[in-house]
Amino acid sequence: MLRQILGIAALSLFATAAQAQELTVYTALEADQVKAYQASFEKANPGTKVRWVRDSTGIVTAKLLAEKANPQADVVFGLAATSLMLLDKEGMLQAYAPQGLDKIKKTMRDPADPPKWVGMDIWASAICFNTVEAQKKKAATPVSWADLTKPECKGQIAMPNPASSGTGYLMVSGWLQMMGEEAGWKFMDGLHQNIASYTHSGSKPCRQAAAGEYVVGLSFEYRANKTKKDGAPIEAILPKEGLGWDMEAAAITSTTKKTDAARKLLDWSLSEGANKLYAENFAIVALPGIQAKLENIQGDVEQMLAKNDFQWAAANRDRILAEWTKRYDGKSEAK
Amino acid sequence: MTSVAIDTTGKAATVSSPAAPVRQRTSRDDILMRVMLAVLTLWLIVTVLLPLGALLIKAGEGPKGEFVGLANFVQYFSNPALTASISNSILIALVSTVICVLLSFIFAYGLTRTCMPGRGVFKLVSQIPLLAPSLLPAISLVYLFGNQGIAKGALFGASIYGPIGIVIGEVFWTFPHALIIMTTALATSDARLYEAAESLKASAWRTFWTVTIPGARYGLISATFVVFTLVITDFGVPKVIGGQYNVLATDVYKQVVGQQNFRMGAVVGLLLLFPAVLSFFVDQWVQRKQSAALSARAVPYQPKPDTATDTFAFVACGLISLIVLVIIGMAFFASLATLWPYNLTPSLKNYDFDNMDGGGWESFFNSLRMAGYTAVFGTAIVFAGAYLVEKTKGFSFGRLLFQMLALLPLAVPGIVLGLGYIFFFNAPSNPFNFIYGTMSILVICSVAHFYSVAHLTAVTALKQLDQEIETVSASLRVAFYRTFLRVTLPVCLPAVLDIAMYLFVNALTTVSAVVFLYSPQTTLASIAVLNMDDAGDVAPAAAMAMTIFFAATIVRVLYTLLAKGALARTQAWRHR
Repeated sequence: MLRQILGIAALSLFATAAQAQELTVYTALEADQVKAYQASFEKANPGTKVRWVRDSTGIVTAKLLAEKANPQADVVFGLAATSLMLLDKEGMLQAYAPQGLDKIKKTMRDPADPPKWVGMDIWASAICFNTVEAQKKKAATPVSWADLTKPECKGQIAMPNPASSGTGYLMVSGWLQMMGEEAGWKFMDGLHQNIASYTHSGSKPCRQAAAGEYVVGLSFEYRANKTKKDGAPIEAILPKEGLGWDMEAAAITSTTKKTDAARKLLDWSLSEGANKLYAENFAIVALPGIQAKLENIQGDVEQMLAKNDFQWAAANRDRILAEWTKRYDGKSEAK
Repeated sequence: MTSVAIDTTGKAATVSSPAAPVRQRTSRDDILMRVMLAVLTLWLIVTVLLPLGALLIKAGEGPKGEFVGLANFVQYFSNPALTASISNSILIALVSTVICVLLSFIFAYGLTRTCMPGRGVFKLVSQIPLLAPSLLPAISLVYLFGNQGIAKGALFGASIYGPIGIVIGEVFWTFPHALIIMTTALATSDARLYEAAESLKASAWRTFWTVTIPGARYGLISATFVVFTLVITDFGVPKVIGGQYNVLATDVYKQVVGQQNFRMGAVVGLLLLFPAVLSFFVDQWVQRKQSAALSARAVPYQPKPDTATDTFAFVACGLISLIVLVIIGMAFFASLATLWPYNLTPSLKNYDFDNMDGGGWESFFNSLRMAGYTAVFGTAIVFAGAYLVEKTKGFSFGRLLFQMLALLPLAVPGIVLGLGYIFFFNAPSNPFNFIYGTMSILVICSVAHFYSVAHLTAVTALKQLDQEIETVSASLRVAFYRTFLRVTLPVCLPAVLDIAMYLFVNALTTVSAVVFLYSPQTTLASIAVLNMDDAGDVAPAAAMAMTIFFAATIVRVLYTLLAKGALARTQAWRHR
């Protein structure tokens, strides 16, 4: 039986070797987005396959850093730019100027030349508000972040944990930049009083609001739009003070042995076809002039984006998360 | 978990003739058997002992891999947010254990000591929780008692997210384990004690406290420790329904998967090893006591109809069974709803796993393959090991070492074993490094994880066989493997099939060890449940959990039917 066991081991080894042109791609994209991207890329590049390793932003970032000694990823695709900047600082990314680099918005790429990472789209915070439950509880529709600290919201809000969720982090970073550090933390202290649950992923709060588990879910515009489209009784609200945001970006790892295939994926990412797919999910994409189709989002996302200093958000990430964890994580039991 | 050692008649012992030293020389068979036993011992050392050693080393390492002694433990105990988990875990485990042991005692009492109707059905229903991952009851509780839960009012405003939810989920999940132990304890009872109590005119109540409870005390102790360990080391239930209530098992997961802080994960993992090891030794002690408790002259107790007791037992068992069915039923119902709770039209939308986290339907088929391999290879290894350790002559040191290694996994929580596997097999210097991230490591880890119970089952079955069979075939110069294949294996077929079934179902439903070991090529269904719940896809998570449940049920039913046929052929000798 020992021989048989070694047999399976050998077989599975063989199986991996046979699919040599398979790219291992680490991503924090949503599971319901990657299928379409993958299909389009593989159709344009026959013979190259994508194998996704998907989790929330914080987890993917931590995983990449932890595997630094023995890296597994060929490409990081659809991870927050703030995270990619961290990886770049560790020397884990290789520079590449994909085809069509000159066509994309100047703000949506690493300023270095050639860039270490290129932007795909921008994703921004949004509130998912369950109108049916709100009516039952006679809760007023929130129009601003400040509304969420009102006492009537107590125990009605779910928010992603910024340590694991990129959406959570862009909110926290957005509040701190919009309001200033001191007022930002004070706002979060107030919000914390009303939070029922800090979730692992940025999608979960919106889905919980959709299921009426909580009235308010702090999430992002793609999930809000999609969840409403699926028939949930929710309203997607863009708070008037402005939206925290981050950029989804792609990069090639410095350790990949499949550089050619990896470059194909980055070339594809800048293509018009790819950007059209991004635009089905997000309001702002890298290539100018592509019309987004988010029928359930009222308001101009681009106009409402708060001022966001990526360098600051990336450089202060560890400090902000440590402070956040100290203040809010594990302090409370379930309410 | 316990196994009942069923004694052979004992007549054979008088036959052997110790006087004449027929053949002192070790035969070729003996040498072959010793070599094979040594190989299997090596196998257990590599798949159980060394990973645990790697974990131990990791807990004493600094960020650069240098030895820092207890520094990590000091760091852990100086963080109140982390140490709060210790008291949380103990509290949850204590409360769950008390409730679970009490309920399983009542249920087992009903099954073994009363003449209530429907015992067969109750017995079947009570085993249902074994066929589902521990995540399933937790998900079901969200639908029952969450903010939109259909029975939310039953909690009087308390939240299901937290200790209440964890306790209910854990009791559901550990119930069959406790029940097996309690049923065994209550089934082996001496009727003469009850006759004595009756002739002394003791009241039923007094008889219960002076005969029944003392008779079942080892079962109670054993069940208590087993349930306590299962609860404190399970992370499926608290992960889904724990809310912000942290326990040790979820801390390991958060440290390792969430923050990739492997050293701290190793520290918490070692803490989890304590209750498990303690429980292991208590269980061993109980085993010895229990087998001595029942003398050869005992008369099996036969319950007599008693309207009051039978009615009470029927109502109690009925209620418990109802709860089990409601929890499973709720998850199934929710998985079929189009959009809970606003649109309850049945649809299969939630079973469209390919558009969700966790690897889609491929995960399910990976799980089936993994469970299949585990059953086939695991049974082969376990049964061969048990045979060799029982039948090898002499070589007592080797046999003792193997026996200890075979029982070791019983004291190792899955989450701790999985963590040890990362440290051991992912080390670049390990020659077995190539299995990391493959299906093989999942199979090997699952075999190791569930080794002990399977081994005990095999040993029990082999002990039932008369040693004469080997003696006779040796004197007829038949090679031992021929005897093994022609006689031992067919005769032990029921146990072999039981082991295969046990390994299959456990490998299909387990989350704890494999959660650290799966790769993008080998995503598993039970882990998909976890990932979908994390992403907020709770209904699809319920759907995947139900898919696992149905698969396990179908295989179980097929097994019963097949086994019936196979057993009729090979086991006819048992009915004379």
